[in-house]
Amino acid sequence: MDDRSEYDRRPSPEALLRQAGQETRGHLKIFLGAAPGVGKTYEMLQAAHAKRHEGLDLVVGVVETHGRKETQALIEGLEITSRQRVEYKGHRLEEMDLDAILKRRPQLVLVDELAHTNAPGTRHPKRYMDVEELLGAGIDVYATLNIQHVESLNDVVARITRIRVRETVPDSIIDRADEIELVDLTPDDLIQRLREGKVYLPHHAERAIRHYFQPGNLTALRELALRRTAQRVDAQMIDYMRAHAIAGPWAAGERILVGVNQDPSCASVVRYARRLADRLHAPWSAIHIETSRTQRLTAGERDRIAECLRLAERLGGEALTVPGANVTEGILEHARTNNFTHLVIAKSKRPRWSEWLRGSTTHRLIRQAGDISVHVIAERREPLEEAVRTAAITAEGGPAIDPKHYLGAAGFVAVALALGVVLQQFLAVSNIALVFLTAVLACAIAYGLLPSLFACLLSVLAYNFFFLPPLYTFTIADPENVVALFFFAVVAVIVSNLTARVRAQALTARQRAKTTEDLYLFARKLSSTAVLDDLLWATAFQIASMLKVNVVLLLPEGGSVAVRAAYPPEDTLDEADLAAAKWSWENDQPAGRGADTLPGAKRLFLPMRTGRGPVGIVGLDSDRAGPLLAPDQRRLFNALADQAALAIERIGLAQDVERAQVAAETERLRSSLLTSISHDLRTPLASILGSATSLKNYRATLDEAAQDELIGTIQEESERLNRFIANLLDMTRLEAGAVQPKSDLVDIADIVGSALGRAGKVLAQHRVVVELADDLPMVKLDPVLFEQVLFNLLDNAAKYAPGGTEVRLSAGREGNQLRLRVIDEGPGIPPADVERIFDKFYRVQAADSRRVGTGLGLAICRGFVDAMGGTITGSNRPDRRGAVFTITFPLSADRVTAKDMAA
Amino acid sequence: MIGKAAPLAAPLKVLVVDDEPAIRRFLRTSLTAQGYHVTEAADGAGALNDLRRAPVDILVLDLGLPDINGLEIIERVRGQGSPVPIVVLSSRTDETGKVKALDLGADDYVTKPFGIDELLARIRAALRHRLQQEGEQPVFRCGDLAVDLVRGIVTVGGNEVKLTPREYSLLRLFVAHAGKVLTHRLILREVWGGEGEVQYLRVYIRALRHKIEPDPGQPRYILTEQGVGYRMRAPD
Repeated sequence: MDDRSEYDRRPSPEALLRQAGQETRGHLKIFLGAAPGVGKTYEMLQAAHAKRHEGLDLVVGVVETHGRKETQALIEGLEITSRQRVEYKGHRLEEMDLDAILKRRPQLVLVDELAHTNAPGTRHPKRYMDVEELLGAGIDVYATLNIQHVESLNDVVARITRIRVRETVPDSIIDRADEIELVDLTPDDLIQRLREGKVYLPHHAERAIRHYFQPGNLTALRELALRRTAQRVDAQMIDYMRAHAIAGPWAAGERILVGVNQDPSCASVVRYARRLADRLHAPWSAIHIETSRTQRLTAGERDRIAECLRLAERLGGEALTVPGANVTEGILEHARTNNFTHLVIAKSKRPRWSEWLRGSTTHRLIRQAGDISVHVIAERREPLEEAVRTAAITAEGGPAIDPKHYLGAAGFVAVALALGVVLQQFLAVSNIALVFLTAVLACAIAYGLLPSLFACLLSVLAYNFFFLPPLYTFTIADPENVVALFFFAVVAVIVSNLTARVRAQALTARQRAKTTEDLYLFARKLSSTAVLDDLLWATAFQIASMLKVNVVLLLPEGGSVAVRAAYPPEDTLDEADLAAAKWSWENDQPAGRGADTLPGAKRLFLPMRTGRGPVGIVGLDSDRAGPLLAPDQRRLFNALADQAALAIERIGLAQDVERAQVAAETERLRSSLLTSISHDLRTPLASILGSATSLKNYRATLDEAAQDELIGTIQEESERLNRFIANLLDMTRLEAGAVQPKSDLVDIADIVGSALGRAGKVLAQHRVVVELADDLPMVKLDPVLFEQVLFNLLDNAAKYAPGGTEVRLSAGREGNQLRLRVIDEGPGIPPADVERIFDKFYRVQAADSRRVGTGLGLAICRGFVDAMGGTITGSNRPDRRGAVFTITFPLSADRVTAKDMAA
Repeated sequence: MIGKAAPLAAPLKVLVVDDEPAIRRFLRTSLTAQGYHVTEAADGAGALNDLRRAPVDILVLDLGLPDINGLEIIERVRGQGSPVPIVVLSSRTDETGKVKALDLGADDYVTKPFGIDELLARIRAALRHRLQQEGEQPVFRCGDLAVDLVRGIVTVGGNEVKLTPREYSLLRLFVAHAGKVLTHRLILREVWGGEGEVQYLRVYIRALRHKIEPDPGQPRYILTEQGVGYRMRAPD
């Protein structure tokens, strides 16, 4: 057993994915008929009744009874959602009310006539898009469809019945349907029903449609319907077998490539490729090779290419545009490198002489294809499209003719003529031709093909008129000269052709180089921008200037999207545009002008995505009519939007990282705070509890000194605990904003005295020096709070300065301020910590690694002093090691000193 | 035996390592009154110095030292091959610190704040274990439970209890370290050879309790130290 068969029997991931995707979406069942009147609606309603009896919650979204009694009878008893009324050009049209159904959220909705085109002004132009949205919302749908509306069969049906149906449904809808029920009726029975008047026919089209109901047509349509259903059943079978890893005869390795050009038949060639792909169960792609010739196509022709590529995408193929020097090499190179096995092209309709002259791409492809099968499809005129084409061409006009270029060409020839007249005296007449040739070459380089051909003509005439005898006539006497003139003309035409082609290629290359450079610069600009608004602005500007469109950028904001940048500047969108942008964001799909959804909007809205999902929406509009973006512009836009999306995501991620860092820092602080509080509470408690239990249980074994020691520990540690808890409470009061200082006129000396008294015990090991100025003014402050501040400062000095050193407290008036200092001879404050020492729970590590204090004392000092309208700062002594804490209070103008009061 | 420890021999030497003077003070007073000879160290460096100068019989160690982490001190002491019993004082509520200390070779721990009885009991259990290693007692008795380590017979209130070999080796491990906390990891290593999960252990403990405990819901012999391990009650 080889590896391959082992691999083949594993469930295919795509098949499993497809199944999984179908589980969250609503289920779609299509009742497919070969022609109107076979009884699809009737069948659907019967199925609905069966479901209703099972207890399913279902509503009728839209069902056309066309007055048929049986159908009318069936619809009774079902809940019908009222239609949405749309005014259009004076007509009142009724459409299915999508929003009402989405709001009602039934389990199953019945939708008749899947191919119906909605009235302008509704959300989607086509009813099948409404159905897509219902399915996306998880609602099951029953729908009816006639086979002639299926996109890939469209031209086949048109050929059979000679009626082209304008309303089509993409094949992908049928491919994604979970169930297809074929409602079948033999042609004879159907014609019988038609005669009995049981088939509804609109009056205005009665004759055309009667032609439609011929036995031959109906048989052909019936076969199409049966075949399409069989194909679908086949595909389901394959999915099932792949998902369950059942080995089978898979058509392996077949890949189909279809060449797309500006030819009107290309749509039917694309449809053929799709049918071939279906039969072979093969993936397929449509390719357009962009050569220098493409640049010269009319806007209408370019639109047709774009339309063909879009058609391929709609039919489920991949569409690409690839630049290349010539079509044959481009197509074959792509086919070979991507292992395509089939190539589908249109049969050339150029006249034979043109093929002789320029060669035939078809022949070259067949000759060089090697082992790739080439399918050459006969051209089918499609009258409707042809009409559209002519209309488009008349509207767009041919390639621009710039009269200046022709004047320039004439100028070149005139110069050549003058030069020839001068040189005539030194050179043979035959050599003068070279001067004219040079002029033609110059024209080709400067102006391109047509002006240079014009120059050719002028040159031939001028050469003949002025230089070939008989002079000053357009007749030529010498037959030798006739030959010379003929060859001159041939050479001139070839040279101008070649030169013009080189010029066109150079122009293309230059354009590409410019685009590449622009993209590169854009990428660099994006990567160097760290501010979101700058980035958005740069993106809007870049897209606007490279694609010549107006741009708005929208980013998510509060459940919707909002404009964040625009070029040219724009702040708000009208309601229709905003709705389209919102829809585009919510569904991650294009919406608005030219898109399938809300085409009434002024702009086209496209999602910007990265691998992680959509990041924003770009809205485009332009003052030009017609499609907003040509295929190559669309590619350029995608490149720009992808880069921008990545950059936006990068900034978002950077912000996330920053937030995470802040959160981690906060978390670290919180946990260190908790550790610190728990340490500060537990340590004294441990001493107290230990001492107390020791005293209680072992008093007999303890001598008196030991008992005193333990009791002393209990007392001191209780006091310490009390101080800590008092600090914690003060801090809590400060943080809760509950500190409301009183404002009494107090004598500073008095408060200093009481604070020193309280701190006597903690300062027992230190020398305390007090320096109070004689003229100390009375100050307005809260004596209780201020005493606490002084005590905390003294306590702090006692903790950090070693025993035996001096702690100095000085107070005096300096200008309009009262300044009070507590100075110690400790290690001082590390310069990095000068501000942080006032932070909560911040502690400077003492020199001997002792952990001292609670980290609250100074924080409380600052809180209290601030509350009383003063300031407190910490610094180091300039004269020696040691810390200085300075408290400053402003003095009011009508200050009084204690002495004044005494006097 | 509850009174003074080892009254005949020279007093047992205890080294108390804690950065809080108040705690050192009451420990010195209390332990001295219990007949221990107490020396003190305020930080890790001092403790290591003291240990190097003169061997001690037991080390009471605070984990939250300002200079060297308490865990590191345990590691260094054990790294030098010293078997000195270590009782850890932990002011932290974090279980990981305790488990780490025990895994590194500490014998037991008390969480601050603690009653002096608790600490003395831990110190005694740690010391007893060292002494027992020289001459193991043949029959372990604790309440109604008796384990004959020589004949491998377990009785509760005189009635023999049938244990599986695994249960017996588990009980034997507990008995050998009666009064001392055993971490999950140590039990798994000793009984299962390092394999198995804590849940596995819990199942066996449950089974064992059902066989030897009078009320498995409120165990008397095998006590749970939440987040750390189990502790067998000290013998009578």
